Amino acid sequence: MEKFCYQNGRRDFLRKSGTLAAFYLAPTMLVKALPLENVIPVPAPKEKIKLIVNGVERSAEIDSRTTLLDFLREQLGLTGTKKGCAMGQCGACIVHIDGKRMNSCLSLALFNNGKTVTTIEGLAKGDELHPLQEAFVENDAMQCGYCTPGQIMSGIACIREKKAGSREEIQRYMAGNICRCGAYQNIVDAIASVQASGKSV
Amino acid sequence: MKKNIGIENDSPRVDAVEKVTGRAKYAAEHRIDNIAYGIFVCSTIAKGTILSIEEGPARAAEGVLDIISYKNCPSTPGYEPLLADGSKNPKQWWGLKVLHDNIVRFYGQPVALVVADSLENANGAAQLLNIQYQSEAFETDFNSARKDAAKLKTSGNYSRGKANAIEEAVVKVEGEYTIPVEVHSPMELQATIAVWEGDDKLTVYDKTQGPKSMQGTLARLFAIPDKNVRVIVNYVGGAFGNALRGWHNVPAACIAAKKLKRPVKVVLTRPQMFNLTGYRPQSWQEIKMGASADGKFTSIVHNAISMTARYEDFREGIVNASRFLYACDSVQTSYKLLPLDVSAPTWMRGPGEATGCFALESSIDDLAYQLKIDPVALRLKNFPEVNPESKLPWSSNYLRDCYEKGKELIGWSNRPQVPGSKKEEGMLVGYGMANGVFGASRGQASVRAILQDNGMLILQSAVSDMGPGTTTAMIKIAAENLQWPLEKIKFTLGDSDLPPGPTQGGSTTTSTLGTAVHLVCEALKKSLQELAQMHLEDFKNVEIKNIEIKNASIVSGDINVAITELMKKAQKSSIEITKDSQGTNAQELKHATNSFSCHFVKVHVHPKTMEIKIKEVVTTADAGKIISENTARSQMLGGVVGGIGMALKEELKFDHSTGQIINASFAGYRVPLHTDIPKTTVWFVNKPDPIINPIGAKGLGEIALIGLAAAISNAIYNATGKRVRDLPITPEKLGYKGK
Repeated sequence: MEKFCYQNGRRDFLRKSGTLAAFYLAPTMLVKALPLENVIPVPAPKEKIKLIVNGVERSAEIDSRTTLLDFLREQLGLTGTKKGCAMGQCGACIVHIDGKRMNSCLSLALFNNGKTVTTIEGLAKGDELHPLQEAFVENDAMQCGYCTPGQIMSGIACIREKKAGSREEIQRYMAGNICRCGAYQNIVDAIASVQASGKSV
Repeated sequence: MKKNIGIENDSPRVDAVEKVTGRAKYAAEHRIDNIAYGIFVCSTIAKGTILSIEEGPARAAEGVLDIISYKNCPSTPGYEPLLADGSKNPKQWWGLKVLHDNIVRFYGQPVALVVADSLENANGAAQLLNIQYQSEAFETDFNSARKDAAKLKTSGNYSRGKANAIEEAVVKVEGEYTIPVEVHSPMELQATIAVWEGDDKLTVYDKTQGPKSMQGTLARLFAIPDKNVRVIVNYVGGAFGNALRGWHNVPAACIAAKKLKRPVKVVLTRPQMFNLTGYRPQSWQEIKMGASADGKFTSIVHNAISMTARYEDFREGIVNASRFLYACDSVQTSYKLLPLDVSAPTWMRGPGEATGCFALESSIDDLAYQLKIDPVALRLKNFPEVNPESKLPWSSNYLRDCYEKGKELIGWSNRPQVPGSKKEEGMLVGYGMANGVFGASRGQASVRAILQDNGMLILQSAVSDMGPGTTTAMIKIAAENLQWPLEKIKFTLGDSDLPPGPTQGGSTTTSTLGTAVHLVCEALKKSLQELAQMHLEDFKNVEIKNIEIKNASIVSGDINVAITELMKKAQKSSIEITKDSQGTNAQELKHATNSFSCHFVKVHVHPKTMEIKIKEVVTTADAGKIISENTARSQMLGGVVGGIGMALKEELKFDHSTGQIINASFAGYRVPLHTDIPKTTVWFVNKPDPIINPIGAKGLGEIALIGLAAAISNAIYNATGKRVRDLPITPEKLGYKGK
């Protein structure tokens, strides 16, 4: 079971980590039982990472299997970024990495070494909400609130990337953000209102 | 886009800022020192026994603290079927006792909990268990099993009028309706953090719709006093019924934490969410309806079968609406359960009524075409002046207002009389409508009011808010009752230590909890009036009825004293009052209490690919007085989205050769996305119900969804002339054969 063996240092690990990540990220129920002969569980390598999260430099030693999402939530306590599926299918965990939106559940934390990450907690300036946060409040663009951070992070990218020209365009660009309570119409209203206001996002 | 018709823009949801900033904390997000992580390993057979669990490499893996299975699960009082004296344990855990025995009852049943010091270590080790099973023959295929009458369990029959009325009917329609398993799939994963203090004090951070009921459940499970269990649930990330009861994660986390003497967090994975937190059971229905030539209903026969787990019966109100939504002298219903080797279903938004109304409201549409009567006119013709089942008068029923407004807003006059006869932008156009109904009731609740000397009014009750905006609505009830500024009222919930509140479900929270808020505000008002008479010179000789409260001041004519001043004079640092509101029911009220909805839908269907595009929805409701317009409107919008999922997208699929669910992810199980959502207009009758409670509000959560699938189906029929009675409706079922 080569997959579980860490042998030749970091470079070798990185080469294999694609497989490892794919295996590790696969939901337990979908994974077939492994042939267990010769499996010797080897401690996962620890990696040192340094990244800037919401303007603050964060250094940590992490288990190399840690996703960016779990790193944010479990280690930094930044639970504003939500875990909805851990499979890149719901958008609840969207953050901005170097300004681009990304499902943080699909990216290992160590892949983001040296990068700049913005989460929902990094949007407001003190009590002053980001224009899209404000628009979400005004348009009641939420119910339970669980998908909301992902919707907002995605919505900001939508406006920044000039994909908010019409309701249909917003809907298409936001289609990866699931809202089960069904606040979709109000979410599109919120994004469209910020787009129309011309405010900087 | 137009907000809403007839309702002014409203103040925001009170917890909106917490939610948009990421500060709102959901169950799994509480920071607990020294926490351990538990991951379920689930069965890979559908039925049988576990022969062995080879833990070897998993137990040796880094960070693994324990692997809990039937082999070492500690004895748990609530798991025991018998008491020490051999009598039946009356406080036995309801449903599957996870990790308790070596029996496998469905594919994907949790059979072990791997607990480790980190999520990564737990996940890694969970892959290393080697479990051997002895399989047994099993059955998961509802549609084949339901044909064998011997497999069905009767769960209630009803009959009124003439048993053979259907045979004598002048005009008849009939049809069989099938709905697959649908899954709540809230965005928040089911999660529990269990923290023990010693052997008999437990704090649980849990995703639950009922903190108080969960407290009792856990007290019974561990045979400890209720007061030793504290359940905290500040925010619920959607639930739609699936957090009405504790699922396997709850006992597993608590048992593991107790065994390890360390806090344990168990969060389900998304695939596990698809069969470990309930679902809307698969169902088969048959409806026969008869009418006179002029369109008076003479007979309704509604038979239903729904799926349940072999280890637990679950029944819901599938055939209920057929008995009372329309005037009809002869009605027969029957309901049967079909136990299969699947996990247990539970109430999913709209519950059985949503299932039943799909069949009933589609049948009425069929009848309307047969009779050549407009579907709205046909419903008007059969409007029941009293509830035809209980014979009680309605506490309120403004469905006729809904019909009128809905027709106007959707542009009903544009509806083609002949199905499939109208095109717009190259697409077939259709309009449809359907009703929804659900019981409006009022249960027991208790609310504490604490008025602080700074004028802040704190209201408290042990409820949770899964998203409808309970906090917001309760604050509005108090603000209106006491004429108090909104920003000076707080509603605290989500903690079982607070006065007992209801479980949030069945569209009852506003009615139940709102009544208690109303009562406690009345009591507070009286107490303030008396205090004013006692301590304020100017009020000494003023009669109580002439003392008003306005804007956090006590007022009589021109005299106006701030409450803060009054409290200072009375030397009160705070005033605390708790009020209980008793529940009631239709018999006591001598009225039938129901909420009603009527949905209008316009669709486009591509004439070749049969692609379905919902163009517009108008959703109207008689839910009594609307307490919080903003959040109520959102709830209705959500019901429409849920209805679109039910009608066009959602279907959990099994591989019946293994019993495994094959689409347990958001990629496989299709839910409505941004791109599926049409322009939607919400309209409320907004007339207070004079009977059900002092605040005049009925319920909203369920009726927002009930009836929608039929309205969509009826619109598709109007567009295409094709009636699909098997959900979800897809282009293939409309006749698209592929390229």
